[in-house]
Amino acid sequence: MLGKLTLSAIPYDVPILVGTFIGVAVVGIAVLAAVTYFKKWGYLWREWLTTVDHKKLAIMYVILGLVMLVRGFADALMMRTQLALAYAGNPGYLPPHHYDQVFSAHGTIMIFFMAMVMMQALFNFVVPLQIGARDVAFPLINSISFYMTLVSAILINVSLFIGEFSNVGWLGYPPISELQFNPGVGVDYYIWSVQISGIGTLLTGMNFLTTIIKLRAPGMKWMHIPVFTWTAFFACIMILTTFPVLTVSMALLALDRYVGMHFFTNDGGGSVMLYLNLIWSWGHPEVYILILPAFGVFSEIAATFSGKPLFGYATMVIATGIITFLGSIVWVHHFFTMGAGADVNTFFGIMTMFIAVPTGVKIFNWLFTMYKGRVRFEGPMHWIVGFMITFSIGGMTGVMMAMPAADWVIHNSLFLVAHFHNVIIGGVFFGYVAGLSYWFPKAFGYKMRDVWGKWAFRFWFVGFYLSFIPLYAVGLEGMTRRMNHYDNPDWHPWLLVACVGVFVLAAGLACQVIQFVLAAFDAVNKKPDALDLTGDNWGSGRTLEWSIPSPVPHYNFARLPVIRGLDTFHIEKELGRPAPVSELEPIHMPKYSAVGPVLGACGLLIGFALVWHIWWAVVVGLVVAFFTVVHRSANLDVDFYVPVEEIRADEEAFARRLAAAKAAE
Amino acid sequence: MSENHTTSHEGENHGSYGSYIVGFVLAVILTVASFATVLSKAFSFWQTIAILGVLAAVQMVVHLIFFLHMGAKSLSQRQNLAAFIVTALMVLIVVAGYLFVLWDAQANMMAG
Amino acid sequence: MSYDATHAPSAHHDEHEHHQQETTIFGFWIYLMTDCIIFGTLFAVFATLCHHFAGGPTGKDLFDIKNVEIETAILLFSSITYGFASINAHKKNKGAVLGWLLLTFLLGVSFVVLEIREFNELVAHGAGPDKSAFLSSFFTLVGTHGLHVTIGLIWMLVLFFQIMGKQGLSTRMQTKLTCLSLFWHFLDIVWICVFSFVYLGSVV
Repeated sequence: MLGKLTLSAIPYDVPILVGTFIGVAVVGIAVLAAVTYFKKWGYLWREWLTTVDHKKLAIMYVILGLVMLVRGFADALMMRTQLALAYAGNPGYLPPHHYDQVFSAHGTIMIFFMAMVMMQALFNFVVPLQIGARDVAFPLINSISFYMTLVSAILINVSLFIGEFSNVGWLGYPPISELQFNPGVGVDYYIWSVQISGIGTLLTGMNFLTTIIKLRAPGMKWMHIPVFTWTAFFACIMILTTFPVLTVSMALLALDRYVGMHFFTNDGGGSVMLYLNLIWSWGHPEVYILILPAFGVFSEIAATFSGKPLFGYATMVIATGIITFLGSIVWVHHFFTMGAGADVNTFFGIMTMFIAVPTGVKIFNWLFTMYKGRVRFEGPMHWIVGFMITFSIGGMTGVMMAMPAADWVIHNSLFLVAHFHNVIIGGVFFGYVAGLSYWFPKAFGYKMRDVWGKWAFRFWFVGFYLSFIPLYAVGLEGMTRRMNHYDNPDWHPWLLVACVGVFVLAAGLACQVIQFVLAAFDAVNKKPDALDLTGDNWGSGRTLEWSIPSPVPHYNFARLPVIRGLDTFHIEKELGRPAPVSELEPIHMPKYSAVGPVLGACGLLIGFALVWHIWWAVVVGLVVAFFTVVHRSANLDVDFYVPVEEIRADEEAFARRLAAAKAAE
Repeated sequence: MSENHTTSHEGENHGSYGSYIVGFVLAVILTVASFATVLSKAFSFWQTIAILGVLAAVQMVVHLIFFLHMGAKSLSQRQNLAAFIVTALMVLIVVAGYLFVLWDAQANMMAG
Repeated sequence: MSYDATHAPSAHHDEHEHHQQETTIFGFWIYLMTDCIIFGTLFAVFATLCHHFAGGPTGKDLFDIKNVEIETAILLFSSITYGFASINAHKKNKGAVLGWLLLTFLLGVSFVVLEIREFNELVAHGAGPDKSAFLSSFFTLVGTHGLHVTIGLIWMLVLFFQIMGKQGLSTRMQTKLTCLSLFWHFLDIVWICVFSFVYLGSVV
C-alpha cells in the first residue's frame, strides 16, 4: 500500500533532525494558527494562492527564495563548524553519512531553490513592467511554474523528516548514485525534486521568451529593450536550450534506478562519462543563466545611481549574446581529468578563457558608467561595487582553472569550492540582493530602511572574504572538497578563520531579515516618510517600471506606453510626457485560477509517491492532473475586463500623490 | 469571426491539398531512397551512413516546408524559424560535442 | 467591479484575439523546441552507446525492417490526413475535420500498437532494456517518441469531443488544432531520424 515507506523511515533517533522538526512544526503551526485566527484563509486563497498576476507571483517567489536561503545557509553553518571542530582525533558532530547529505542538500537548495527562485522572482516582477506589458504571455502557466518550483522545494525538505536526502553531491554523479551503491531513497528525492523544479523553470523560460518577443509595448524595437530584460531574454534562451538536457539526465538516471537500465552503471556497457557530459552541458550554462540576470540588475542600478545612461548599451547586449553562445560550448572544463586527450581539453580550455573577454567588456562598461557620473552610494549601489571587486577575483581564479594543466592539480579541491562561491556569492547573490532592494519600493510602495541594507552588505562583503579566501589556501595545500574530517595541522587555522567568516555572513543575513521585518513594520504603521509617492523612488529611474505608481496596479499600465527610444521614462522626464492621445479603455485581464495549486498538489503527490514506489498514488496524481487540464481547456470563462471607472480612479489617486510629493519638495 | 478574417492574415500559410500532396510524394521518395540504400547493400558502411544523413536532412527540410509551413514570409514564421535555428544549433553542439569528447576519451583510456 | 468578457467592446476584440492566437502558437512552438532538444540529447546518448552491447544482441540481430517500413508509412499517411483536417478547420468544415481527425487517430493508434508489439517481442526474446546500454538507449529513445505519439492521440481525442461539443471550430479551437498540428508533424520529423539513424543505421 505505501510502497517502501515504513515507520522506520522517520529519523527520530537523530537529535539534530528532531530538533529541526520541532522548530519547523512550531513555526508552521504558529503561522497556520495566525492565518486562522485573523480569518485570512479566504483572502489568502483568492488573492494570493490562485493568483496569475506576475507581481504577486514574484513576491511569492521571493518569500520561497528567502526561506530556502535560510535553509541552505543553515547547512553552510553546519559544514563550517564541523570542519572547524573535526581536526585530528575529534570526529566533529556530523557523522560522514549525515555530512554527505548536508553538502548535497546545500548545493541543490542554493542553486535550484534559492538562486533559480530569486531569478524567477526578478523575471516575474521586472520584465513585464520594463517592456510595457500588462502581464506575461501565459499568466496561468506562470502560476503553474511557481507551483512546480514550490512543490519541488517542499519535496526536498520532506526528505529531512521522512527518509533521507541524497548523499552524493549536488549533481548526483554515478556510479555512486546508482542503485547498486545507493539503495536508499535519498537519490530518488534528489531526482524528482530536481525534475519537477526543472519543469517549472522550463515553463518560465518559454513564458518569458514569448513575452519578450511578442508583448513589447508599441514602438519598442529590439535595441530599445532595457538591459535587464535583455539579460532575461538570453537567460531564457539558455534555459530553453539546456534544461531539456537536465531533464534527460535525470530521467536516464531514474531509468537506471527504477527499471534496471544501463546508461551510467558500471556493468552492462553503461558510460559514467556520458552522465558527466550530460549534466555539465546543462550545468555550465546554468551558472550563466544565474549570472546574466545579475549582470542585468547591475546595469540598471549603475545607470540609475550614476545619473547617466549605461555606458556601451550595444556592447552590453552583444557581450551578453556572446556569453550565451560561449557558455554552451565549455562544459568539459568541469572534468578535464576524465581522460580525454589534449585536443579536447585544449579546445574547451581556450573556449573557457574566451568568456573572460565579453565579461571584461561588461565590467569596464559599468566602471565607465560610474566614471564622471553623479554617483549616489545608496544600498543597491554598495552591492555593485562589492560585486565588481569580488567577481573579478572569482573570474580570474576561474581562468586559472580553465588551464587544463593547472586544473589537474586543483581539480576537486577546496580551491574550486572557493572559486565558484566567489562568483556565485559575489556575482549572483550580490546581484539578486541588490535587485531586491532596488525594486522593493516598486513592489510594495514602501521603502526599506537603507542603513540595514548597508550593514548587510558590509557583513556579507567581509564575511565572504573571511570564509572563502582560506578555502583557496587550503585548496592549494591539497584539501579536497566534501571532506568530513582531517589530520593536517596546516589546514586547521585556515578552517577556523573560515568558520568565523560564516558567522559574519550570518550577521549579514540577520541584517537582511531585520530590514524586511522593519519594512513590514513601517508599512503596517503607515509611516509617512517610508511611502513611495511618486513611483520613481530613486528619483532617477530610467525605464518604464518607474513611470507607474507603486505598488503597481494589477493591470500595470492604464494606457499602453508608446516607446520613443532607449530609457523611455528618462526621455519623458527630460522632454515632458506627451499628452495622452487616447481615451482610457477597458483592459482585458485573465481571471485568477485554482489550476496552479491543484497541479502543484498533483506534482507533490506524484513526486513523493515515485520516491517511495507508491504506484497507485502516482496514477491518482496523473489522472487528477489530466482532468484538471481537460477541464481548464473546456472552460471558456477565463478572462474579464477592468472597467474604465476603476482605471480612472486609480489614475486620479496617482495624480494626487504626485501633487502631494511635489508640494512636499 | 468570418472565415475571410482568419485566413487572410499577412501571408499566414495553412497549406493546401496540393502542397500537402507534393510534400507527401517527396517524403515518400526520400524515405524509399533511405531504405533502398541500406537494403541494397550497394555502399560501404560510412558511405551508407553519409547518404542516410543527407537524405534525412533533406526530408526534414521537406517536412518543415510542406507540413510545418516554415517557408512562409510573415513575421511570426520568421520568429519560429529563428527559434528552430537556435535549437538546431544546440542539438548539433550536443551531438557533435558528445561524440567528439567521448570518442576521444575512449580512445585515450582504451576503454570499450 | 468588472464585467464579463462576452460583453466586451468588440472593436478591439478581434485584433486582440488574433494577437493572442499568434502568441499562443509561438509559445507552443518554443515548447516544441525544448522537446526537440530532449530528442536531440537522446539521439546523442544513443550515438555514444550504440556499440555498447555488453555481449548482448546487436541491432542487426534484432531489428525487423519490414515493421519499420510499415510504421513509417503509417506516420507519413497520418501527417497528410492531419494536414487535411487543418485545411478543413480553416474552412470551418466541421464534418470533414472530424472525419480526417478520426482517420489520423486510427493511424496513430495502429502505429502505437505496432511499436508495443515490437517492444514485447524484443523483451520476449530476452532483449529488454536492462540487457545492455545499447538496448537501454534504444528503448528510451524510441519509447519517448512512442510516448509522445500516445500523448498526441489522447490530446486529439479530447479535441475531437470538444469540437463535437459547444466549442465547435471557434478561434480558440483553431489555435488548439494548430498547436496539435505542429506537435504531430514535429513527431514525424523525429521519426525520420529514428528510422534513419536508429533502425537503418544499426543494420548497415
